[in-house]
Amino acid sequence: MIEVLESLVLSLADDELLIGHRHAEWIGLGPILEEDIAFASIAQDETGHAQAYYQLLTDIGLRTPDEYAFRREPSAFRSAHLVELPNFEYDYGLALMRHFLYDAAEQVRLEALRQSCYEPLAGLACRLLREEKYHWMHAQLWIKRLGCSTEEAHSRLQSALNQLLPYAWMLFEELPNEEEIVAAGWMPPSTELHRQWIARITPILEEAHLSLSPPRPDQLLPLQGARRGARSPYFEELYAEMTEVVASDPEAEW
Amino acid sequence: MASLDPRIRRAEPELWHIPPLPLEPLGHWQTYEVFILRTRGSHAQHVGSLHAPDAEMALILAKEQYARRSQCVALWVVPTDSILWTSPEDEDLFLPATDKTYREPQGYLHTRERLNKYRDRLKPSAS
Repeated sequence: MIEVLESLVLSLADDELLIGHRHAEWIGLGPILEEDIAFASIAQDETGHAQAYYQLLTDIGLRTPDEYAFRREPSAFRSAHLVELPNFEYDYGLALMRHFLYDAAEQVRLEALRQSCYEPLAGLACRLLREEKYHWMHAQLWIKRLGCSTEEAHSRLQSALNQLLPYAWMLFEELPNEEEIVAAGWMPPSTELHRQWIARITPILEEAHLSLSPPRPDQLLPLQGARRGARSPYFEELYAEMTEVVASDPEAEW
Repeated sequence: MASLDPRIRRAEPELWHIPPLPLEPLGHWQTYEVFILRTRGSHAQHVGSLHAPDAEMALILAKEQYARRSQCVALWVVPTDSILWTSPEDEDLFLPATDKTYREPQGYLHTRERLNKYRDRLKPSAS
């Protein structure tokens, strides 16, 4: 049972670690100084959330946050492919859309986890929601604001949405051992969370005049298996960069 | 939560409906002045300014610019051009032309002594 718990917590933590890293790639490149600072701060928050999740596992005698973050086989990661995607051409519309789709999912997940029967997880969810409230305000305001501004902004957001939607959809891929997780009362079924996520993003996308059409099965099929260890083609390069310091000096302290 | 005071406009992000933003080519966003309340009921303190397209965005950006490191329970943002300043040439408005120390706390320093002296004078003599 402890392996099931570990794999659940890792799927939450790894998403946070990698999105934190991807958001942080924007430091110094944000569209205006004020937004650069705000987005970098959100990136730091997400990385901090990853650490807090890993710590839950350390507390029950498993590995340390640094070991989970920097000394793991790629196949031991449980992240969704959405958070592994690079920033490609550094289109801020794409960054904001990923931030929006991801933080909506986090809201839904954390609100559900507040009721988790695994108390340390429920307690942590309550704490993380305090910071997530701001992330969600930030994300939805930008989407509404840009969706209703110029044609260029609107079309860039729409193409970002089309590109990211299959990946975001797979944030809610069924977890390994999900039946046990649900039976233990640790987290509701992924299909239920997915339904709540759609309900949360739909009114905001509508207000921004963006259209959401569910991905086709042939778009989702290649993205399957992330929660079981199937990594995206982008993971290797990302992980090499994240672990650069550890790789050059295994005893490094920071 | 909305305020019962009709003059007070509070942020309710879930209800924000953002009107289209008029944009000019190469146009700049306006600036907002940011104030923070460090504790409930304390005075709002001016902490700086920032660029934003509207008040809602100013509030969102202000949180990370100015409330990230210090204690804060509430934020205000005000468009810079909503603030009416006195002119620097009018600094002399605030300089007294005559001795006004009686308006300052030190003007009241010896009140108790003076009062007692006056009372003594009014006392009927013992003889």
